[in-house]
Amino acid sequence: MRGTMNKTTTGPVALALALGLTAGAADANTLRWAFQGDVLTLDPYAHTESFTSSFLHHLYEPLVRRDANLDFEPALAESWELVEPTRMRFTLRQGVTFHDGSPFTADDVVASIERLRHPDARARGNLSAVTAVEKVDEMTVDIVVDGPYPLLVNDLSGVFIMDREWLEANDALLPGNMTEGVVTYASDHANGTGPFMLESRQPDARTVLVANPDWWDEPRHNLERIEFTPIGSDATRVAALLSGEIDIMFPAPLQDVARLEAAPGVTPLQNPSLRTIMFGLNHGGDELHAMPGSGKNPTADVRVRQALWHAIDMEAIQARVMRGTSRNAGIIVAPPITGYVEEIDTPLAYDPERAKALLAEAGFPDGFAMGLDCSNDRYVNDEEICVAIAGMWAQIGIDVQLTAQTRSNHFAKVDRGETDAYMIGWATLPTMDGFSPLRAMLATRGEGWGGNNPNGFSHPRIDELARAVAVEIDEAKRQAMLQEAMTIARDEVAYLPLHQQPLSWAVRDGVNVVQFPDNYFRAWHYTMD
Amino acid sequence: MPGFLFRRLGQAVLVILVVGLLAFLMFRFVGDPVAAMAREDASVEERAELRERLGLDAPFVVQYARFIARAAQGDLGVSFRNQRPVAELIAERLPATLELVFVSTLLSLAIGIPLGVYTAIHKDGWLAHAVQTTSLVGISVPTFVTGIMLILVFSVSLRWLPSFGRGEVVALGWWTTGLLTPSGLKALLLPALTLTLYQLTLIMRLVRAEMLEVLQSDYIRFARARGLPERDIHFRLALKNALMPVITVTGMQIGGVIAFAIVTETVFQWPGMGLLFIQAVSFVDVPVMAAYLMFIGLVFVAINALVDLVYLVVDPRLRNGAASRGA
Repeated sequence: MRGTMNKTTTGPVALALALGLTAGAADANTLRWAFQGDVLTLDPYAHTESFTSSFLHHLYEPLVRRDANLDFEPALAESWELVEPTRMRFTLRQGVTFHDGSPFTADDVVASIERLRHPDARARGNLSAVTAVEKVDEMTVDIVVDGPYPLLVNDLSGVFIMDREWLEANDALLPGNMTEGVVTYASDHANGTGPFMLESRQPDARTVLVANPDWWDEPRHNLERIEFTPIGSDATRVAALLSGEIDIMFPAPLQDVARLEAAPGVTPLQNPSLRTIMFGLNHGGDELHAMPGSGKNPTADVRVRQALWHAIDMEAIQARVMRGTSRNAGIIVAPPITGYVEEIDTPLAYDPERAKALLAEAGFPDGFAMGLDCSNDRYVNDEEICVAIAGMWAQIGIDVQLTAQTRSNHFAKVDRGETDAYMIGWATLPTMDGFSPLRAMLATRGEGWGGNNPNGFSHPRIDELARAVAVEIDEAKRQAMLQEAMTIARDEVAYLPLHQQPLSWAVRDGVNVVQFPDNYFRAWHYTMD
Repeated sequence: MPGFLFRRLGQAVLVILVVGLLAFLMFRFVGDPVAAMAREDASVEERAELRERLGLDAPFVVQYARFIARAAQGDLGVSFRNQRPVAELIAERLPATLELVFVSTLLSLAIGIPLGVYTAIHKDGWLAHAVQTTSLVGISVPTFVTGIMLILVFSVSLRWLPSFGRGEVVALGWWTTGLLTPSGLKALLLPALTLTLYQLTLIMRLVRAEMLEVLQSDYIRFARARGLPERDIHFRLALKNALMPVITVTGMQIGGVIAFAIVTETVFQWPGMGLLFIQAVSFVDVPVMAAYLMFIGLVFVAINALVDLVYLVVDPRLRNGAASRGA
């Protein structure tokens, strides 16, 4: 163990040691981990939050998981094949047991997927294409979808398998029901197959995991315990790391990164994430919300949208607002995502003169008034980015009316279509596929499409591509179509991409972690010296 | 006496109903819970369905009426955020907040009253002046700054005390206490100190002002004239009479401290009701927010009633008055 008192021991500290007053001494190979929020629930089907999923992945496992490069690898399923266009057969792994010792079989998969598909399960949208799950034999399961569906494996990588006997014994075979206030045993207890087992849980205070000695996979980690604590206050989280009370924490606030770098014994870790930050624009409105009664919507004109892009100095934002930790983007998906096109992944050049010329060409030589809506607690430096860009847009004559507010208000306003330009971030999780923004953000709203396209972007070819990609099984054709859609989206400036925001973690020296771009915590890859 | 309690009960119900109504009126400005709960790429239909299941499509008056109707049957609903029963959440957090408030109030009385008496008796002494000036700092520095400063000194630099959490707790029935374990006591120190600094100045200044006034009164002068020892005059005669407003204010403040422990609890990740409320606000967790606000309303009413009862005990004149009214 690396001592928590490894700095020079001074008089008062020695006294404190003598009195047993020191804070937070750790056992060997106990990873003490803090995040800004708590795990919402231990029931994997009762939430839709990626942090909670990432935590539960230590307890529960999916049929198919992501490896160190985020590619698929067998987990509870050893192999899978498409036996019919709408039926995929999974051969399950032999010899896997749940934490309580009961064996893993096809019944568990069937019970789990049916539990997830139940109308009361809050996460059931994560597996909406599946229409049936059938047991073929003890160790084989068929999953049936409503039509050819290329993302079944992607979807299943986020579906954790629960133990049927355990669910039955604890009356939790059906998920809880929010409307009627039914809460199940599975919200506070867990029995999975994962690399760690639940030792204790105090919601919003502490959740303790211990290594599973009977894990089916060869452990690469050398951890014995994980003690997870939510610490909401940024300053306290940083202090807890500096004082040696925790070993790893995220997010590390960007304004504290310099301090963490200077502090002995801790290291900030920063890498670009999958989450692309962008502005949505008002395409379909008759007039901008900032110009009531004018009857004019300048951003319906692609030249105006290009002008807005040319007016943004992304290098300045990267250097000053993001302190060099972000990756500037030209399209709305990050490099690891299917559908990414490298050649067009650069922002339009920063050129205010060109921007002004484009505005004049579009009939707005003197600019116009436009609202800009931003969250102030959702993305890394969200409000600061918006303030900077509002200033840049003012340079080309746009009267920007900036509103920065808390996430729940911001996204509700965006969803009601009451914004002109608004900030949104998209990570395509858990599928890591370009179809996610294509379906939710680019397709015209209606009939299950365009759930996040409130401002009326509509392009016939994109709609066509979205419907074709949804059922295309051929990976090469699918990728070509996704890339075509991303290219159109860029040409049309459907969204104005800014950058991939950084993952920002900080660790105590002696803890070796891998930072995955999806910001998942995967402690089975971590070791402690 | 029964009449007094009965009136107070009626008041309590009214206060809680009004607080609840205001709360539900306000929730729409906090944000949309569906935006926080739905999947990131949920379709419009999926969101509408979720809204309907949660009863959020109804006008706020209807939502309020439903909540009250269920609450009257003892069902406070289920948290949107972590899907646990709200009553259970509050019961779980209550001990943490009450222990924190109890310890800090005790500390601030234990330090504040003697300091107040001292500064009143030696009102021109340099030490009294120094104490007075220093106490201004306590009241003018915001709680979160005090908290962070304490963390920087005692956790980061000296590494004596933990910067977050409640340490090991011991369960006594449904109550959990951190007062019985060394780590629980260590964890309690910094947050309790933060809250103490906030209350201390007020109590000290109040005691001082009341003492100064009482010390001018005729009966003190007579007592002096009779040659009673100074000690008896100060502590038996003067302080007892000066304490009435202190009791009122401390009592009222306990309600306030429970409500405003929010900031302290957030800074120290103290798993009490304030932290619960802050988390509920950021998630637009309507059942938890509503229950918390109404509970705080109840606490204020209850404390007011208690303070009035304590008056009856401390001040015999009131007791006689109440008795004659009751007759």
